[in-house]
Amino acid sequence: MSSVLAYDFMRNAFLAGFLVSLACGVVGTYVVVKRLVFISGGISHTAYGGIGLGYYLGISPMLGATFFTTLSALGMGLVSHRGRQREDTVIGIMWAVGMAVGIIFVALSPGYTADLMSYLFGSILTVPGNDLWLMAGLDLVIILVVVLFFEDFKAVAFDEEFARVMGVATERINLLLLFLVALTVVVLIRAVGIILVIALLSIPAAIAGQFTRNLGQMMGWSTLLGIIFTSTGLYLSYLYNLPSGATIILVAAAGYLLSLLYARWQRSARLPVNRLAAREDCEATVVKK
Amino acid sequence: MFNQPVVIEVKNLGVRLEGTPVLTDVNLTVQAGDFLGIIGPNGGGKTTFLKVLAGLIRPDHGQVTVLGHSPFHSRGGVGYVPQYANFDRSFPVSVGEVVLTGRLAHRRGRRFSSEDRKIAVQALEKVEMQGLRNRHIAELSGGEQQRVLLARALAGTPEVLLLDEPTASVDSRFVASFYELLRELNREMTLILVSHDISAVSRYVKTVACLNHTLYYEHSREISSTIIEKAYQCPVDLIAHGVPHRVLPPHNGVVGT
Repeated sequence: MSSVLAYDFMRNAFLAGFLVSLACGVVGTYVVVKRLVFISGGISHTAYGGIGLGYYLGISPMLGATFFTTLSALGMGLVSHRGRQREDTVIGIMWAVGMAVGIIFVALSPGYTADLMSYLFGSILTVPGNDLWLMAGLDLVIILVVVLFFEDFKAVAFDEEFARVMGVATERINLLLLFLVALTVVVLIRAVGIILVIALLSIPAAIAGQFTRNLGQMMGWSTLLGIIFTSTGLYLSYLYNLPSGATIILVAAAGYLLSLLYARWQRSARLPVNRLAAREDCEATVVKK
Repeated sequence: MFNQPVVIEVKNLGVRLEGTPVLTDVNLTVQAGDFLGIIGPNGGGKTTFLKVLAGLIRPDHGQVTVLGHSPFHSRGGVGYVPQYANFDRSFPVSVGEVVLTGRLAHRRGRRFSSEDRKIAVQALEKVEMQGLRNRHIAELSGGEQQRVLLARALAGTPEVLLLDEPTASVDSRFVASFYELLRELNREMTLILVSHDISAVSRYVKTVACLNHTLYYEHSREISSTIIEKAYQCPVDLIAHGVPHRVLPPHNGVVGT
């Protein structure tokens, strides 16, 4: 492993993996518990429209992607909240339109667009230094927002109706959460690409969710799992000369499968007898009163 | 109790959901300290009415005042216990955290203070669930979950508590103790309870109203048979059951003799 780190680009790649895992761990937790996986997929695919726009205008594709994901997060959030149309239909349409816009822009762009593939499938090995700074900056924004709005996000994700009775501006909180998803997608694009974003957003959190009992723990464990998956995937892709993004996803998927088997084994090995006994004790004291 | 201040005033309330009228011309005045039971058939609009009072549904017609404000501005004074736990049981959250969300309307800033946490613990003590504070919500029985939801509402130290079929998921052995708890709470706050279980309601409430698209209400514990007939359009069933504390006054006619 130390020989791997001798290369500058490898150090950058591992650093990118860390930054990606942080965003995934924190925001992915909300994506999983609030069932935003499909909407997140939609947001990430519309990023292609922004990348195309970036190429066409000659500005940074990452900037274009940020603009497009933010806009689509807002649009999808409003559709799902106001709910006049079937939510999944509208998300599916925006998803395709975002991709189509990107394809048109790229076709209209003059010159060489060879590294377009890296936005679709990721290329963590060639993340440039200034993109690392962008990723770090976005991570910081994400963490600050989550620290500030932690209780609001938790309340809205757990029981939106009750949060509304308590005077929480649930629509704004939901939009803010989708905005974080939009930023996370941008952080992830460089590492695993638009098409694979959804796996890294959902798998670490889905694994952590099986073994943790509060959101903070879930975020911590998902981040750690993300780091393990990106590092392992990166190392394997280096070792066997495989595409890095896809290798990372397959490692993560293997981890998910293992976690399911482990959870199953754990359930059958430890019958919930103790829990039931404890509950009956409690109900008995209630009756006595 | 007729000299108490008015906590809820509803005038000519009309609500349509997706074009269908659910409530029409509902009028109601509730005074502080009341324990109002609203009964009525399923689909009669009981839950909708409670949601209007909680500020979850905007009325199409009429005026609703809760604690002197529109329901959308009386946050914090109103506690709400929903019909069934409409949350994801696998959500990673403990009993204590759930109850703490009842302090959302009262917190200063965006985080909870130690004072908020103290009040949340007291709310759990009120429903005798303090021992399960660190449990995950999925480990609770239906009755325990209902108590947690009640504690969550109480954590907001409400003046008015709205309960939607609170005993629907409670084991029948614990229904009586749940209602005793509500009666205890009624000393400190106004309670409005919605249920289709007439016998349970009539035993514990102070006044009864009947809701079936519109509200039949006479500020008393008894409901005249004409009102029941209007609301249910099927009076015979109710009389024949012989509830211990009857909602219906003795009949003058020759029924059942």
